[in-house]
Amino acid sequence: MTVEHADRGPLTMDELARVIARDIPAGSYVNLGIGQPTRIADHLTADQEVVLHTENGMLGMGPAAHGDDVDPDLTNAGKAPVTELPGASYFHHADSFAMMRGGHLDVCVLGAYQVAGNGDLANWHTGREEDIPAVGGAMDLAIGAKDVFVMMTLFGKDGSPKLVPSCTYPLTGVGCVSRVYTDHGVFEVGPGREAATVLATYGLTLADLAARLSLPLSAADR
Amino acid sequence: MARTAVLDTVDEAVAGIEDGSTVLVGGFGLAGMPFDLIDALIRQGARDLTIVSNNAGNGDVGLAALLQAGRVRKVLCSFPRQSDSYVFDGLYRSGEIELEVVPQGNLAERMRAAGAGIGAFFCPTAVGTPLAEGKETRVIDGREYVLEYPIKGDYALISAHTADRLGNVVYRKTARNFGPVMAAAATTTIVQVSNVVETGTLDPEAVVTPSIYVDRVVAVEQRHYTVQGAR
Repeated sequence: MTVEHADRGPLTMDELARVIARDIPAGSYVNLGIGQPTRIADHLTADQEVVLHTENGMLGMGPAAHGDDVDPDLTNAGKAPVTELPGASYFHHADSFAMMRGGHLDVCVLGAYQVAGNGDLANWHTGREEDIPAVGGAMDLAIGAKDVFVMMTLFGKDGSPKLVPSCTYPLTGVGCVSRVYTDHGVFEVGPGREAATVLATYGLTLADLAARLSLPLSAADR
Repeated sequence: MARTAVLDTVDEAVAGIEDGSTVLVGGFGLAGMPFDLIDALIRQGARDLTIVSNNAGNGDVGLAALLQAGRVRKVLCSFPRQSDSYVFDGLYRSGEIELEVVPQGNLAERMRAAGAGIGAFFCPTAVGTPLAEGKETRVIDGREYVLEYPIKGDYALISAHTADRLGNVVYRKTARNFGPVMAAAATTTIVQVSNVVETGTLDPEAVVTPSIYVDRVVAVEQRHYTVQGAR
């Protein structure tokens, strides 16, 4: 059953981070990319025993470093200072990305400009000529992690949906996203689906979502 | 005499880098950035360089200073655009520098391939995206791959923690990043370290870059700098 939460507003980014954290299977090796998804780390519980991977070469990444704990040699993928947890390990970049492509990483969570119902992801380039393209590890993560989750707002600043029938921005990966977590709802997407399955709504009903999104939606039957 | 030269100054360490060279520059942001070797390269004066590095410079230091000095023709990197990449941004927008954007893992694996003598490899990254346009593809076991070629350097400039006099190298934390891959991928590998120790001091089980990949070593003072986002 799709769970509708129409009696409240949309999720804040922090609430959304908590929803995603709850859905990450215990014992997973997880990459939280850069930007908003890094908030998810704050909501993972110790008994989940999730090990965080950062693509600049570390497993067992701990929380942000402050004050005297800041070490210029120890940063996350966003180049912000972090800490190491017991059991941490360091490795070079070729190994770090082999962990993704080789199918060893369980989950990654990425931001996005657009996601299509077939799981296509666009998150690296607006396609505008004046913008300097920068891809980082997004394409490697998109095709490498066993499960690719997206964390984003459902609508852009101009109100246009970011979950779309097909991406108009340049692609990061083809058919790679399995789940889209947004402030207004959670969706299952992927290749071969006739519709995106709505797992939950926030601040809108399923009918509201169907009216505002231009891709086919189906209710979850569990 | 050991083949690896342990030099007294960074200026000796970068001697002979020719105009037009391809230089692999270690570091991820500022972590592992070989600041002293880059400053020496600016003094040395080589021009028309192709730089391979994850980023295209931060602030006014390191790689950004080399770019600002007008020595770089082309940059291969994964993530040029950052909050403090204004030097690169200006050169790019005015058409004074060429950019090839490479997915981060492909950047690493293409250098790994160069160091390992691999002629090319099929990689699933970037299939169906603009970064695979014009490249050969092949379906293997039902999955599509893109043919990627090695990136070989004439020189690698790397920052590490400790080297012994034979050239064995260990790194520190995430500053390791591209170091080991670049060390193998360059004809001449130049490593700046905080400490040079006597051969036999490093635990052989803990050596990360074996001496065979290292040509020149120079000790530098540890540099203190501010980390982006530190508070």
